[in-house]
This record gives sequence, structure tokens and C-alpha cells, in this order.
Amino acid sequence: MADQKIINKLGKSFTMLCATFIILTTLSIIIFIASKGLSTFIIDGASIGNFLFTTVWRPDAPKSEGGPFIGALPFIAGSVAVSLLALILITPFSIGVAIFMSEISPGWGRKILQPIIEVFVGIPSVVYGWIGLSVMVPFIRNHIGGLGFSLLAGAIVLAIMIFPTIASVSTDSLQTLSKDIREASLALGATRWQTIRMVLLPAALPGILTGVVLGLARAFGEALAVQMVIGNAVRMPDSLLKPMHTMTSIITMEMSNTVMGTVWNDALWSIALLLMLISFMFIMLIRLIESRRAAR
Amino acid sequence: MINARTSDKIATFVFCTMALFVTMILLALVGYILYHGLRVVNWHFLTSPPSAFRAGGGVGPQIFNSFLILILTMIFTIPIGLGAGIYLAEFSRETRWTKIIRICTETLASLPSIVIGLFGLLFFVTVLKWGFSIMSGALALTVLNLPVMTRISEDTLRSVKNELREASLALGATQWQTIVHVVLVAAIPGLVTGIILTAGRVFGEAAALLYTAGITTPPLEFSNWNPFNSNSPLYLFRPAETLAVHIWKVNSEGMAPDARQIADGASAVLIIIVLLFNITARWVARWLYKRTTGI
Repeated sequence: MADQKIINKLGKSFTMLCATFIILTTLSIIIFIASKGLSTFIIDGASIGNFLFTTVWRPDAPKSEGGPFIGALPFIAGSVAVSLLALILITPFSIGVAIFMSEISPGWGRKILQPIIEVFVGIPSVVYGWIGLSVMVPFIRNHIGGLGFSLLAGAIVLAIMIFPTIASVSTDSLQTLSKDIREASLALGATRWQTIRMVLLPAALPGILTGVVLGLARAFGEALAVQMVIGNAVRMPDSLLKPMHTMTSIITMEMSNTVMGTVWNDALWSIALLLMLISFMFIMLIRLIESRRAAR
Repeated sequence: MINARTSDKIATFVFCTMALFVTMILLALVGYILYHGLRVVNWHFLTSPPSAFRAGGGVGPQIFNSFLILILTMIFTIPIGLGAGIYLAEFSRETRWTKIIRICTETLASLPSIVIGLFGLLFFVTVLKWGFSIMSGALALTVLNLPVMTRISEDTLRSVKNELREASLALGATQWQTIVHVVLVAAIPGLVTGIILTAGRVFGEAAALLYTAGITTPPLEFSNWNPFNSNSPLYLFRPAETLAVHIWKVNSEGMAPDARQIADGASAVLIIIVLLFNITARWVARWLYKRTTGI
């Protein structure tokens, strides 16, 4: 019996160690990325304002020409543009599918669509990128205009990738609503569409918003699928049909071609740091939405 | 003003169309990949190494690397993730400490995979001096997978009925005995399903591997299985390009004239493997559920 007590203690300690390990991992990621990302400003002496708000990216320009120029605004704007466009394209659609699964056909409809959404989640991002590259890019080039490698191609690929996130979170949110409010609304003589529009959607809104933010976060952080179709040119995103860069694509393209410790390399780490900070912002946003939902 | 009944019908029609559209897009996507890919896939493609400048290369080493990294990742992830899940579900009360654990899990889960890859580049590749290697790649994927595994474990353990725990404790079992012999056993179907599903995700991951496992594979001697020899496939400190990374590479810096066919074939293989993971997860869940409940 004493042995069992010791084993019990050991077991508990082991699980606690595992949990502590997660905390340590998270902290070390933050510390490592932050220390690298901040060295652009601390060691190389670049200004944060220039990094965030100027548009010239020539980190190898010599001092005699006034360099290095580390304006990351084109990438920040690129990420924002491509993610928001993807969100605009797919959100109404995702919510529509969620409504179908929870309100129109919760029986066989859901049984078919649930696995379909899971397969969408399962398809690796490089495969989405490859389909975008081999189907979407030529299609845009031949039928819409431009080179094909474009903001539009990136947004469409991202839209398909974030669809399952928004759809499944919205479905869950609609399904947790109590049956009473549906019945109450229908009993008052409302049609199903009126019930959905005026009762269910407002009630499920915080949950749907969570899904939308999760989708946005996924779009923001996606690297390879976007990089494969977006054309990778340093420019402000001023046209739907022109190539551009995002924060993730510039890191993907240039990290291996630069030497650690150079200004160029440091600037890329600063972009990674910014990416990390933005993903923290998304978590806080989700926590805010959830806490407001809990308060209601 | 359209009357309410008509607009209800229109709305229903729109939602049904959307659902149909999603189904068709998926069928088109999968159909496209399989149609183009399966024309390329044959035994030679699946087993031979890629050739850099000539046509006719395969993806044999890449498939091997993918599975090796997956297995290694799972060996690291499952005990730690399960342990943390047990801690959160069974031992801890809601304190500030568990709140911190939860915040960290959530933070880790939301990090873009490329950021985790960059952390791997700094820590495993540079600080620990492992270079671009299977070990660095597997550990980066462990970081990526750990929060998912933890959440799955916690959720599954929480869904086990409390009566089972109480019955076990009432019989005089310690809390640990209860967890190992009662709770975990009851949770196995959920755990196995979750593990297989995350395996599918790990298998297709590429962004976190670019800067950890690298984008090259040295020539491998598939008759040498001594993990301490540097040309052995099992040597863990060699660069290892996975199947997903290969698809990216042939498109961005590939020199092979048949890059398109290679990407098609590799995508088909990747999709088939991931779908198999999905189907297996469902099938295993059903089978285990039947076995453990006796229905």
C-alpha cells in the first residue's frame, strides 16, 4: 500500500512536469524570437517607426546610400490585405453552410458535410498551394488578367483553407443554443428564415465571431500556400491582380539566403516577432469575445 | 416586400445550394489531385530517389523521411501531451497555476507554424548545433503538436463519467491507479482517434520543417540500418526533406523538367495518406467503442 502511495505521488509529479514543460516551451519561444527580433532595433539601431511605416525594403543597401532600408509595411499591408479579402470572400458562405448543418438539415445533411469539412481540414497546406499554382494562377492569367500570381490568387487559396474553421465553429455555436428559443420563435408564427435571421444568428454571434477570428488568425499565419501563389514581389498591395509579398512569404523566401547576424537577417526576425505579437493579439481578442459571452 | 413564406423558401434554397457547392468543391479538389497524380504514381515513383536535373525522379526517400519524422514526433508528443492532459483533467483544481498552463497551451496552439519552425532554427539547429536534421524537425513538430495533444487528452478524459472514478476510489484504489486502470482505459477510443487525426496533420506539415529538417536529403543506403552511421536512413542527425516539403521545393526551386508531374504525384500520395489517416481514425473509433462498451 505504501508503494502505491509513492507511485501515486510519482504519477502526479510526472503529469505536473509535463504541464510545466508546456509553460517552459511557450516562454522559451517568446524569449528566443523576441531577443532575435528586437536586435534589429537594439543592436543594429534601426527605428521601429521606419520598420513599421516605410515601404522601402533594401536591407543590403550600403550606408553610403543611406541604407539599410528595412521598411516592412508592404509585407504587413500584404498580409492584412490577403487575409481580410479571404475573410470577406468566405465568411458569408461558411456561416451559410453552418446554418445548413444545424438548422436546415441536421440529420443526413450534417452527416455528409461533417466528414467533408474534416477532409478540408486534413488537406495539407502545400497541396492547397499546389492546386492554387496549377489551377488558380493560370485561370486568373487567362480569364481575368495579369500574371496570375496575385493578391486575388492568394486570397482565394486562403479562403478555401479557412472555410472549415469558420464553418465548424459557427455550427457548434448554433447547436449549443437551447431548443426553447427556436420553438418560441416558431410558435410566435415566425418562419424558419425569420427565426434564423432574428433569433438564432444574433444569439450565436459571439461564437461565430470566435470562428471568424480563428479563421483570420489561420490566414495570417499561413506561409507556404500563400507564398506559392502570391508572386513574391516587394510592393504595396495596390491591385488585386498584381504580385506581392506577405510577412510569412518574405520570411520563407529570404531567411535561408541571409547570414545570421546581418541587418537583413535581423529584420526578417523582426517580422517573425511581429507575426507572433499579432497572433497573441488574436488570442486576446478571442478571450475578450468569450468572456463577454460568458458574462451574458 | 416579398412575403415571409417566399423569402423563407428562397433562404432554404440558398443554404442548400451553398452546401451542395462545398461538396462539389471538395470532390473537384480531391478528384483533380487524384486524376492528375495517379497517372504519375507507380512503383518506381514511390521507391526511387528524386533526380535533380533529369526527368523520372521519384519520392521514395521523402516518403520514408515523412514517416520517420512522424513516428519520432509522436514518440515525443504522446507521453508529454497525455501527461499534461491528465494533470489538467484529473489533478488540478482551477487555480492561477492551471490558468497559466491553459493560456500557454492556447498561445502555443495559435502560433503560426512558420514561427515554430523559426524557433526550431534558433534553438535546435543553431544553439544545440544539431543542424538541419530529423531530430530538429521532429522536435519542432512536437512543439506544434503538443498543445493539440494536450487539449484532446484533457477533453477526452473529462468526458469519462465520474461514477467510474468514484467506484474505483471507493474500492480503495489510489488516484493514480484509478487514472491508469479506469479512466485511461475508458478514454482509449477518444484518445486513439485524436492521435491518428493529429498524425495526419503532422504528416502534411511543411512550413515548420523548412528551417528545421531542411529541404535536402543526402544519398541514403537503404541496406544500412545502423542508426549511428551517417548514411543510414535511420541516422537522426541528417537533413531530411519530407513529402510535403518536396512539393513546395520542386515548385519554388526545382530544376527537374518534370516538376509538374512530380508535384502532381507527390500531392496525390500525400492526400491518399492523409485520407487514410482520417478513415482509419473513424474506423478505429467505431471498433474500439464497440469493443469497450460491448454493444
